[in-house]
Amino acid sequence: MSAIESSILSADAYVQDMLRAAEAQSAIGTVSRRTFLKVTGLVGGGLVLAFYVGDKGVALANAKSTDFAPNAFLRISPEGPITLYSKAPEIGQGIKTAFPMIIAEELDADWAQVKVEQAAINPAVYGRQSAGGSRSIPTSWNQLRSAGAVGRAMLVGAAAKLWNVSEAELTTENSTVFHKASNRKATYASLATAAASLPVPDEKTVKLKSRSEYKLLGKRITGVDNRAIVTGQPLFGIDQVLPGMQYAVFVKCPAVGGKVVEANLEEIKKLPGVTQAFVLNGTGKPTEVMPGVAILAKSTWAAFSARQKLQVKWDESAASKDSWTGYVEQAKKLAAQSGPDSIRNTGDVDKVFAESKPVEAFYTYPFIAHAPLEPMNTTAVFKDGAIEIWSPTQTPEAGLKLVSDVLGIAQDKVTLHQTRVGGGFGRRLMNDYMCEAAAIAKQAGVPVKLQWTREDDMHHDFYRVGGFHSFKGGLDKAGKLIAWQDHFITFTQDGQRPTSGGDLSPDEFPAQVLPNARLTQTKLPLKIPTGPWRAPRSCSIAFATQSFLHECSVAAKRDHLEFLLEIMGEPRWLQQGNEFALNTGRAAAVIKLAAEKAGWGKPLPKGRGLGLAFHFSHAGHFAEVADVSVDANRKLTIHRIVVAGDVGPIVNMSGAENQTEGAVVDGFSAALGQQIDFENGRIKQNNFDTYSILRMPNAPKVESYFIESDFTPTGIGEPALPPVAPAIANAIFAATGHRVRSMPFTKEGYSV
Amino acid sequence: MRLNINGKDVEVTDVDETTPLLWVLRDHLGLVGTKYGCGVAQCGACTVHINGAPMRSCSVPASAVAGQKVTTIEGLASKDGKLNAVQAAWIEHDVAQCGYCQAGQIMTATALLKSNPKPTDADIDAAMAGNLCRCGTYIRIRKAIHAAAANIAKGANGEMISQN
Ligand code: FES
Ligand code: FES
Repeated sequence: MSAIESSILSADAYVQDMLRAAEAQSAIGTVSRRTFLKVTGLVGGGLVLAFYVGDKGVALANAKSTDFAPNAFLRISPEGPITLYSKAPEIGQGIKTAFPMIIAEELDADWAQVKVEQAAINPAVYGRQSAGGSRSIPTSWNQLRSAGAVGRAMLVGAAAKLWNVSEAELTTENSTVFHKASNRKATYASLATAAASLPVPDEKTVKLKSRSEYKLLGKRITGVDNRAIVTGQPLFGIDQVLPGMQYAVFVKCPAVGGKVVEANLEEIKKLPGVTQAFVLNGTGKPTEVMPGVAILAKSTWAAFSARQKLQVKWDESAASKDSWTGYVEQAKKLAAQSGPDSIRNTGDVDKVFAESKPVEAFYTYPFIAHAPLEPMNTTAVFKDGAIEIWSPTQTPEAGLKLVSDVLGIAQDKVTLHQTRVGGGFGRRLMNDYMCEAAAIAKQAGVPVKLQWTREDDMHHDFYRVGGFHSFKGGLDKAGKLIAWQDHFITFTQDGQRPTSGGDLSPDEFPAQVLPNARLTQTKLPLKIPTGPWRAPRSCSIAFATQSFLHECSVAAKRDHLEFLLEIMGEPRWLQQGNEFALNTGRAAAVIKLAAEKAGWGKPLPKGRGLGLAFHFSHAGHFAEVADVSVDANRKLTIHRIVVAGDVGPIVNMSGAENQTEGAVVDGFSAALGQQIDFENGRIKQNNFDTYSILRMPNAPKVESYFIESDFTPTGIGEPALPPVAPAIANAIFAATGHRVRSMPFTKEGYSV
Repeated sequence: MRLNINGKDVEVTDVDETTPLLWVLRDHLGLVGTKYGCGVAQCGACTVHINGAPMRSCSVPASAVAGQKVTTIEGLASKDGKLNAVQAAWIEHDVAQCGYCQAGQIMTATALLKSNPKPTDADIDAAMAGNLCRCGTYIRIRKAIHAAAANIAKGANGEMISQN
């Protein structure tokens, strides 16, 4: 194996680690209180250090500041403003509004007066700093509530001292402490200096609100950056400018794994506006820096224009030769047999299939791209052995480490500024563009903004992996589903593990709730990098399993709602003691709610049908019903999609509904028309003319309903997406009797 | 070349004639509200107004608009910070997710309401079809445009305001 091949393999392992980290169910270890307070001064760069922890663990006021900042999440100034710090990247999931809402609720701050700032990237202070796996809310819920509650307790303590009354007599509301008995009140600002001199209480001793006391959480709150967005302020990575900055492009081999043999650098350097051009051999890892040619210029356009003239001779001996059509051929041949890897084998499926003829079907889904609207970019300056970076990343915490590895400098020599992110969808869990910018800035010796083109983005993604499922379903005499077989044909980079996002869990629904189930797997060799795409695995597997479940209920001549509920059975946790696992009672509740709201069972005109699908992912239970008409030319009209979800209590109702609507549009967009084709290792799609994103005229109406159960709130960026495609496919069948077994639906002749 | 941006005449030097307006705005004039999404007139993130009509600035050479009135997202609000009706509706209806497409969406919507103050859903769909939102905020965009139209009918500001 060549060096670059083994580098590519280790990159896949890295992607898998990122996916696991994103989905990890527990928060990263909590930081000691002392460290936490000591480094408070790093927060919101530019502000004076407000407090540090003295020897007795007392927060002491800095001579220059009288602000009250009991922890790194909030700061109250005697002049009035309350600043809350949001620690996670904002990628469109609304976290920059949701996180401060949680703090403000416990602090009893007046939301209208609160100022929100992006926190500094400093995991030693903040713990987990990343946006992925819909994990931000559940992993930070208690941390943020405590941060607000500690602040409130100290302000109350300060007022009690001031008025010489007991804390129990005091109440708080709208950034004010009240002593109702004596009709006295004091604003938080007026108490800030006094509060700052009190010891910080142990957060375990501080009482948190019960849900019935919430004033802010659950309401519809508009995004904190909305005004800056609608006036075009420089929020995003692409908007960053440094004095003396040059604009860079980086050109890599169109087939992953290609190395630079030679390039016409001298000619490129003479082009107008070009300042430098050089080869970077990189680390050979797609997650870091692949070999390529950097061109720097005085403007983005000069750099873009110069690359049109660039000629590179690539050594493609170790490069990808992957072919999608080749894979489809192989998969079809393998469909009839079982796979060599056994993933689950419970009961006796063969016995069931021998007793009654099984239902059989073969499902296919393609590779797809993330294509966030802001193309990859990063701005960086390397000076005196240290680097400073501005980047639209989902994983700043991981980025710090990666850049220090790639540049061979200590991690404390890397400063990373989190910018707003123009769409994540999982693409920016990888920091390849950040590493490239860092390496280019180091080599160039000037401040650099690396700008990918849309075509770069389309050609160098970590794609949602395609896959194939060869199913058999077994019914008993009463038409109950009792056996399930899936030969899953997926891909592998290292010959051992499925590629990132291409694995099938032994507990994949519905295998885990059926008495007889056999899941096997074949892995086809692949070099094209893959990675997490919004609701990884679920975004594709749900289409196959939930459509095939419907095939089984049709074969059993059963109503699909009743059939699904029967599979759920008694309300129970499928993993005892794990409240982030599937609960069949919560599942049944959302299924019933979606069906009821959609008018399940009512007669519909010819050519129109309802389709129902359920999927559990990222700790969220979601059921959706699509109401679809299909005409004689397979033109689809989506009348509406009804979504019922349970993610526990909703933090921000406006954000939750926005995510649900977005997930439906995204799910439909991908199912209908998206596919990344590749031949000889080269991606065929270049831009939005060949890679179609749903446009406004085709956006379906979405109705969202939430069951606000009392469990820990969980994330909503992903779990509403997986049921969309199967709900629509099932509706198409109900309307026409035609079964859609592959995505994108356009390949089967459907249009909108 | 001499450009008129948001009501101000500006002289841009050291720019190649073929440079798209988008990059002159972003790199030379520091007006980064106008966004790059595709560069080939497919996504609408770069939409600006040229003499009041929505145009894809990634596909118009800056030299071609010399002497014409260019309005960007930075030029919609009045100098004292008062937003136009479309911007206000975008905040009110909490349209944005990542927000990256929204400058382009707002420019297209503002131009639509100028030419068609009471658009139907179909009018909105037709006018907005060139603006992609990867986050899928279309449902809210539609609502916000209707709301802005209603507010303009009640006297709110639907104009593009020049900043000087
Ligand atoms: S950047 Fe101009 S239309 Fe996409
Ligand atoms: S809000 Fe993200 S692309 Fe529209």
